[in-house]
Amino acid sequence: MTPPTSEYALEIIGLNKAFGGLRVTQDISLKIRQGERRLIIGPNGAGKTTLFNQISGDMRPNSGQIRLFGTDVTTLAPYRRAHLGLSRTYQIITLFTGDTLEQNVTLGLLGLLPSRWQMWRPLSSYGHLTTEARRTLDTVGLLHLADHPISEIAYGEKRRVELAMALAQRPRVLLLDEPLAGLSNSERSTVKALIASISRQTTVIMIEHDMDTALDLAETVTLLNYGRVIVDGARDAVIADERTREVYLGN
Amino acid sequence: MKWIASALLAAFLLLLPLFAGDFYINLASQILIAAIFALSLNLLVGFGGMTSLGHASYLGVAAYLSALLASRYGFGHGMAAIISITGTVATAAFFGVIALRATGLGFLMITLALSQVLWGLAYRMSNVTNGDNGIAGLTRPMPFGILLDSAAAFYWFALIVACFAFLMMAIFVSSSFGSSLKGVRDQPRRMAALGFNPWMIRWITFVYAGFWGGISGLLYVYYNKYIHPTSLSTTSSAEALLSVIAGGSGTLGGPVVGATLVLLLKNYASAYIERWNMLLGLVFLFIVLVMPTGIVPGLAKLTARFRKGSQ
Repeated sequence: MTPPTSEYALEIIGLNKAFGGLRVTQDISLKIRQGERRLIIGPNGAGKTTLFNQISGDMRPNSGQIRLFGTDVTTLAPYRRAHLGLSRTYQIITLFTGDTLEQNVTLGLLGLLPSRWQMWRPLSSYGHLTTEARRTLDTVGLLHLADHPISEIAYGEKRRVELAMALAQRPRVLLLDEPLAGLSNSERSTVKALIASISRQTTVIMIEHDMDTALDLAETVTLLNYGRVIVDGARDAVIADERTREVYLGN
Repeated sequence: MKWIASALLAAFLLLLPLFAGDFYINLASQILIAAIFALSLNLLVGFGGMTSLGHASYLGVAAYLSALLASRYGFGHGMAAIISITGTVATAAFFGVIALRATGLGFLMITLALSQVLWGLAYRMSNVTNGDNGIAGLTRPMPFGILLDSAAAFYWFALIVACFAFLMMAIFVSSSFGSSLKGVRDQPRRMAALGFNPWMIRWITFVYAGFWGGISGLLYVYYNKYIHPTSLSTTSSAEALLSVIAGGSGTLGGPVVGATLVLLLKNYASAYIERWNMLLGLVFLFIVLVMPTGIVPGLAKLTARFRKGSQ
């Protein structure tokens, strides 16, 4: 099957999700172009992560459609979406704490390869995978820690490993859930530079509260509140919009 | 140091029948069988994070099938073994589909329920299984024309199978598939986001564990030359689970050590106390309190501390 092509990396059409009476996603429609840098903002509880969870497939919407490069993925399992080029990081760090940084990233690489079903050879014997993993760790500035277990490294470094795991897969669409949360100032600028250096082959959609840093990275901004899209468009237009000030930026 | 210890252990296992009496040789054979069984359960419990209370199903299905085929339908041992293992794997494949609809406690309860169904069948379908009387008068196979009737011959046979099983399971858990399995145990959501299919990984492991459970079942019925519904009972599953947890789940040595401990207690203590289960319970309690991760990881931690202290 050749997937239908589309100028949009991601299209969300009329998405709805409710937990009981709580409507966390209300009729959300978004179109994100290939290579675009989209920032998603909104107050706590606006439904940002819930939206991500539906895009990645961790959660099923009640109605609506999600299209990845024109392919309807609404009911597709998360791992199938990963194979279509979708990758994500988590707000709460979900790394394999007993394993080394290198092993974590190698596992990330393995996810898209047929050899993940291989029952004879140990993962460490795939030389090219470990090389690739170390190369990716180098780009996030963590090569010197490659052989340390995750449990030994600092929080800010873990966030960068999260990013490395996602980047190693060379995703076509990358969802970043608060990549800057809890980082020190110097770490922020490192991660910011890192995100800025991501190739245009990759569409980046980011949830972030740190507006000073995140706005520099974004071209377009979507403001969510109570599960609805309030404002959506080019960065400066959204920032200048009255409703943005009202809901989010404060007067 | 490690090499010397391994060589000594290998020599001990290999030469055991030359210096031990039949009682001990037979005990060793039983330990080997229980070790394969516990190792196979450990693939689920330790490496896959799927705690099953129904693993005796696979031991029992293989044992019953082989017993029935050989004694009632006149199959040769080779053919009977192939059909029994195929049947066991098919059972595991089917049970896996049902049990893996859930995880955690739900999974545990489903495996328990499914194995209870088989136990009930073995008990009540007495026109086929002989019910509570069990199937007696079975024979041992003669691989390559070698008679396995003596304690020593059977022990060596079991030793070969056990070593092979251990090796195969060791390769399995350290393979890249094994890495995916451990990943799914620890972070299923993350693994799915990375492109792994958690359900399929769990199911394949479930079937593979069923296969080795079936192999231990064949050895079990060859050894005893008799099969009774108790081998399908929850007690049988729980004993293996106890071995895995006491020895150290998620380690390769743990289930072997655990199975050894359980069988030694069973054979020695039952000679002195009728309620040997109570003693087993107390020993288990002691292990869990002193070494919550099991004997093997606990001892490893102790020796590491000792080494650090002596430096």
